[in-house]
Amino acid sequence: MNNAINATHLTFLLTGAFWTLVLSLMAFVGGGVVGLVIALGRTSPVRFLRILSGGYVQIVQGTPLLVILFVVYFGLPTVGYSLSPMLAAGLSLTIYVSAYLGEIWRGCLEAVPKAQWEAAECLALSKTQRMVKVILPQAVRIATPPTVGFSVQIIKNTSLASVVGFVELARAGQLINNSIFQPFSIYMIVALLYFCMCFPISVFSRRLERTGASRLKAAETAVSA
Amino acid sequence: MPVVVLKDVKKSFGSLQVLRGVSFSVDKGDVVALIGASGSGKSTALRCIDRLETIDSGTIDVCGYSVSDPNLDLRRLRLDVGIVFQSYNLFPHLTVEENITLAPRSVKRMQKAEASEIAREVLAQVGLSDKADNYPEQLSGGQQQRAAIARSLAMQPKVMLFDEVTSALDPKLTGEVLKVIETLAASGMTMIMVTHEMAFARRVADQVVYMHQGRVHEAGAASILTHPTTAELSEFISNDL
Amino acid sequence: MARVLEMKLDFTAILARWQMLLDGMALTIQLAVITILTGFLIGTACAIARRSKFRLPATIAAVYVELIRNTPFLVQIFVVYFGLSSLGFKFTAVTVAIIALTINVGAYTAEIMRAGFDSIHRGQWEAAECLGLTRVQAYWHVALLPAMERIYPSLTSQFILLMLASSITSQISVEELTAAANFIQSETYRPLETYIVIAIIYLALSLALRLAFWLLGMLIFPRRRRLGTNL
Repeated sequence: MNNAINATHLTFLLTGAFWTLVLSLMAFVGGGVVGLVIALGRTSPVRFLRILSGGYVQIVQGTPLLVILFVVYFGLPTVGYSLSPMLAAGLSLTIYVSAYLGEIWRGCLEAVPKAQWEAAECLALSKTQRMVKVILPQAVRIATPPTVGFSVQIIKNTSLASVVGFVELARAGQLINNSIFQPFSIYMIVALLYFCMCFPISVFSRRLERTGASRLKAAETAVSA
Repeated sequence: MPVVVLKDVKKSFGSLQVLRGVSFSVDKGDVVALIGASGSGKSTALRCIDRLETIDSGTIDVCGYSVSDPNLDLRRLRLDVGIVFQSYNLFPHLTVEENITLAPRSVKRMQKAEASEIAREVLAQVGLSDKADNYPEQLSGGQQQRAAIARSLAMQPKVMLFDEVTSALDPKLTGEVLKVIETLAASGMTMIMVTHEMAFARRVADQVVYMHQGRVHEAGAASILTHPTTAELSEFISNDL
Repeated sequence: MARVLEMKLDFTAILARWQMLLDGMALTIQLAVITILTGFLIGTACAIARRSKFRLPATIAAVYVELIRNTPFLVQIFVVYFGLSSLGFKFTAVTVAIIALTINVGAYTAEIMRAGFDSIHRGQWEAAECLGLTRVQAYWHVALLPAMERIYPSLTSQFILLMLASSITSQISVEELTAAANFIQSETYRPLETYIVIAIIYLALSLALRLAFWLLGMLIFPRRRRLGTNL
């Protein structure tokens, strides 16, 4: 029996990393769509929508992702909804991501000064035009650095999909370990691969934050000058 | 024929009564200066005219619209009324020209070329022809405020409201903004301006409305600024000097 | 949906095993409280190291923070678990969990505390220096509390995330709340009900933790209490 890590293992890990990215993308898109609805609900003038979306955020943010995953993967089949590990992980991550992105984006929407709403209103723009043409473009600009930063959390949290047997990076590592039992080296390699995916995004997000801050500062000095 | 008429307008924020029965009217082509100490209710009165605040009682009529009517189509009112704020409130993600063409294009459904043509005209009017492609943050405060005036003018309003538009500017920049407003007044635009610039009000205003503790305390031609009849206005003016 | 209504949810079997839930909950709370304390100490130390004018400690702290913040906790816990045993250490799963959680939350706390220290005005540091305080004394007497006061909400959220993340230690068979749930559902064949109950308990724990931090905040920031401002 050969216990060394070989090229086949590395290829297997890289395939796992690919599926990690696929799952991350699913979570980001799904969570982004639902998260936008949550953010709009949280900032809605309708009280009922605010309470509903606020309650959703509270519940999801107060429950471990692992438990959400277990409810979806082990719990739903008992009431007749069996999901594949990938779909279960995708759905759980969508729920998880939507609550956090929803909160981040709510903050960004609220960070656009109220005077901007007013100015748009006084130019006779309709409610939708105000939102789409004036508020959203500014909120997107504010939201970009924290959203990019949060995508690192998404990538890391896809590792929990391994627990229900979806073969992404962490699960690929476990499978290889089952055959050659070199846990420490394998998990170090797995960690390194995660690092290679996450670190560039972290750096990028910080750069966005800095340029955003300096733009703001430049704008302030321009006004006071 | 009056374009703007306020009759016994009352307005409270919580327990604080800001307007305690304000009445005045503005004829077509008139320039009205709303003056008074801070907290006298002058800015609130101006905001009520554009329905940025709702009133508790009384009536406001603007260009034939009953502003106090809850079923009023606000967008039609705002097509006729332009407002300029103390803090400019330009849209930072749009260039000066895009700021100006946004409403003509999305509200009046103008073609791009037509809207750009209007933008060129109003920018020339405020002396910013060379700044069309700049972003607001690249402009000085005075230039931003002139761009904001241009943005309002592009909608060809019947009435213009100015809410302390020079309060955030230093004297030099204040001058260039006031010059634009003065030209506008000379062109026959109906205007109501909340201002602290007494010399400017004296020179430009056809009518001065002095507000004190939520009421119109004294009103009349610009000459009341040189010969006030009430003690309050006289004190207010002397404080300004 | 019809089937959901048809097969009524039945919680009796799960609630009958309340003792197990209680034990799991107790361990989850213990893990959280211990690692909040250790993580805070390590995080604060790293924040100070990162701000140090000496290259070596600043670099070491930066590498630690980046490595941990850019890898999943699940993988970290496996690395610690197998790493320690390959070095010949024989720790219980609970000890490994405490070590891994501490390493993890330490890195996040370091970033938060650094932002807190960075927000202290330069004049405060200069004033401390002019009074003859050493760097350590300046941190301890002048910077620590105001910095914490400013980043207290982020810190609180991070610690609640830590409590939730402790569920992952079930994967190295630490018998905390999630592990208890896994065991109960395998005995009762009622996974949906079991995990719903667990979710509610976690929710209650995170609310309780939030309340506890609010009370703690009132205690350690007396100025806030006197001014009556919200944290």
